[in-house]
Amino acid sequence: MPKVTVDGQEIEVPNGATVLQACELAGKEIPRFCYHERLSIAGNCRMCLVEVKPGPPKPQASCALPAAEGQEIRTDSEMVKKAREGVMEFLLINHPLDCPICDQGGECDLQDQAIAYGRGASRYHENKRAVTEKYMGPLIKTIMTRCIHCTRCVRFSEEIAGVDEIGALYRGEHMQITTYLEHAAKHELSANVIDLCPVGALTSRPYAFEARPWELKKTLGIDVSDAMGSNIRIDSRGREVLRVLPRINDDVNEEWISDKARYQVDGLVRQRLDKVFVRKAGKLERASWDEAFGAIARAKAGSSVAAVAGDMLDCETMFAAKKLLGALGSTLVESRQTGMDYPTGNLAAVNFNSTFAGIEEADAILIVGSMVRWEAPLLHVRLRKAVKRGARVFIVGPHWETTFPAEWLGDDVAVLGKLPKNVGEAMGKASKPAVIVGGGGIAAGALEAALGLVGEWNLVRDGWNGFNVLHFSAARMGALMLGFAQKSGIVDLVNAKPKVLLALGADEVDFRRFPDALKVYVGHHGDKGAHAADIILPGAAYTEKAGTYVSTEGRVQFADKAVFAPGDAREDWTILRALADALGVSVGFDSFDELRAAMIAEVPALGVEGLVNFGALPKPGKGAKPKGTIGYPIKDFYLTNPIARASLTMQRCSAELLHGDDSFAEAAE
Amino acid sequence: MAERAPHPDTPELREQYGNFAWTEANAAEAKAIVKRYPEGRQRSAVMPLLDLAQRQVGAETNTQGWLPIPVMEFVARELDMPVIRVLEVATFYTMYNLAPVGRFHVQVCGTTPCMLRGSDDILDACYKRGMKQGHTTPDGLWTLTEVECMGNCSSAPMVQINDDNYEDLTPERLDHVLDELAAGRQPKTGTQDPARHTVEPVGGPTTLKQMVTENHDYRGEW
Repeated sequence: MPKVTVDGQEIEVPNGATVLQACELAGKEIPRFCYHERLSIAGNCRMCLVEVKPGPPKPQASCALPAAEGQEIRTDSEMVKKAREGVMEFLLINHPLDCPICDQGGECDLQDQAIAYGRGASRYHENKRAVTEKYMGPLIKTIMTRCIHCTRCVRFSEEIAGVDEIGALYRGEHMQITTYLEHAAKHELSANVIDLCPVGALTSRPYAFEARPWELKKTLGIDVSDAMGSNIRIDSRGREVLRVLPRINDDVNEEWISDKARYQVDGLVRQRLDKVFVRKAGKLERASWDEAFGAIARAKAGSSVAAVAGDMLDCETMFAAKKLLGALGSTLVESRQTGMDYPTGNLAAVNFNSTFAGIEEADAILIVGSMVRWEAPLLHVRLRKAVKRGARVFIVGPHWETTFPAEWLGDDVAVLGKLPKNVGEAMGKASKPAVIVGGGGIAAGALEAALGLVGEWNLVRDGWNGFNVLHFSAARMGALMLGFAQKSGIVDLVNAKPKVLLALGADEVDFRRFPDALKVYVGHHGDKGAHAADIILPGAAYTEKAGTYVSTEGRVQFADKAVFAPGDAREDWTILRALADALGVSVGFDSFDELRAAMIAEVPALGVEGLVNFGALPKPGKGAKPKGTIGYPIKDFYLTNPIARASLTMQRCSAELLHGDDSFAEAAE
Repeated sequence: MAERAPHPDTPELREQYGNFAWTEANAAEAKAIVKRYPEGRQRSAVMPLLDLAQRQVGAETNTQGWLPIPVMEFVARELDMPVIRVLEVATFYTMYNLAPVGRFHVQVCGTTPCMLRGSDDILDACYKRGMKQGHTTPDGLWTLTEVECMGNCSSAPMVQINDDNYEDLTPERLDHVLDELAAGRQPKTGTQDPARHTVEPVGGPTTLKQMVTENHDYRGEW
């Protein structure tokens, strides 16, 4: 642990730290453009110059200089001030003065640092350089004249995304950042380069010219587009959500989010259910809340009521529904819409036990039926890190583009019964072996067989649990914790022939299996569920209600309400509460706080932010012989939920990036 | 230096070069080049392979050669590396031609020492023959580029034509070189000054004269 002196203050820094990190530990601000904590060091912007003794009598780039014992670092000397002013003046030589029309304005590193570290005026009178725009796809808008060549985007696409598609062409003053032949950036995390760009060269295309950062109300939320529980910041103005940005959480999403999480929000204002609808003579017609509630009451269902929870629900809504059904005398609640029926007695068996941060340390990974890149793009980032550290990856399932070397073991889960020798050897010898079972694997019946591997490979050892199930529904773990599951899955609900079926944002259910039920859809988008419904009660989307979410690694997180739901739409729990009155039963809560308190009283783990301890894994059943071909549940990454399906941006991404329809690109030109 | 940009990736280009593959001799050469680098570091061979590819295209088209996009993709496949990385290299180094060139690529040095020694006249001589900077003459013989220092300042002015340098030029000497090349003969490379062998001082040494014939110790004379 070297000891260094920063501006006269002596501190000890970790081994391998850079001078820049040492300065930060000492509480000094070092301006920078190219340096980024999660990317490799480039050292090409020169903004982080400091004075270091011993060493050459000139300023040194602190980001690329290792801190060494006895260094005397100065960040406040005349030399440093002059160096920063000089670098800033050079950077601004070719940077246009178009801040007033630049979308980065107000949240621009160059703008901020020019004010803090630059000279008052420019001495440059020659012509400025101009660079042609580059097409980077439907999400990234480019104004390449503003580029200062920090190469963060290049390093991101190579190191984090693993898809080498952005590069720096030409040299010197002619250097230009571009995608290969100006093809669209085609991966699930592409829009993160917008956050990384320290200037306005790469900005958000859907958000272009929408708002200034200081006009926006910032609300802390949790993403529901997949089961990662990514921490997001919802930026809204008035009643509209304008954009979503990632929040830093090293345990969950680091500082990235998927393109879907970021851009599905324009679907929040389209296809919305903002009125109550009741089906009359086969047609959905506008109605009042009283009419709708009256119609439900007239069904005289008694205890013959069932509820199906959708993939994006918060725990509070599900708990309120469960209470309502309980008050009516029914326990028919289910969340696995598509008919999965894995046992839910022990949730450790369906949890991502290694944790997202932990899986980075795994050195042998067997993935069973999961297209991780689409089901959890941010987990894929972690897997890439594990592989970079030397992990070997084996995959059972149809081929997908992994971006890291992996061994494919075939499409049939039966292979779990007779794994090739080298797999067993690698897993057996590994110090931290991990198995990841995805939705496709569970559907093919691989869960039991995978549990059998726990003992064989000793997956659970001191400080390590290598058994993981990867869900892709944000609501799944919360629903299971609340007991939103039947023994045989949704089949139990079908067999019970309920008179009233409550579909809570459930759009993937095959409603034809409930021909006699009065189908009440409580949700926010006019999608598949609403089409099949007899009564539609407009609810709130994830940005419009506070809620508790549990990610697939069993992490309880709380989200705040950013905006109000449109029109007559209400927060879901209030609808269920009012329905209780209409049906003449009592659910035992009158406010959100009471609801949450009741929920925590019943499932205490939901009241504590952080990882839930689900206890030990269950013993595997004997003689599990899975058989069947794996099919991945996600057919189109950009259109997996009703919000995304309503989003123009996601539709365009799907058409252009997945289906090769380039009419959008041409229209943009 | 002329503006450089990769030649447009058109269907015709794809048709012409989409099936680009090494000739038998070049395949062996490429294999030997890749072998020079350690296992797993075969990407290091990108520069020699691009050069080899450019020469092969040149041999096929009877020009100096250039790098069409499909050929760069071929090199990327050969080395199992992303195409954008190949394109980065090819656009960085000016000796890779990104667009078709003529039989002879005349690169006139216009940096200060050559300019002081008359590179403007050299350029004028080129213009007189119908060459235009950044363009190929209609007969496909000449492509003219003005380049920066080629490191031949002591025998300025100079031009580089394909793989050879021609130095100590005057417009007449350049004309001779170009005439010879056009006629299909190989003129003498290097200095064109008959009084000069290489870049030794013109008219004999002016300093260190005693060193000409034998090793002389000057230290006592300082």
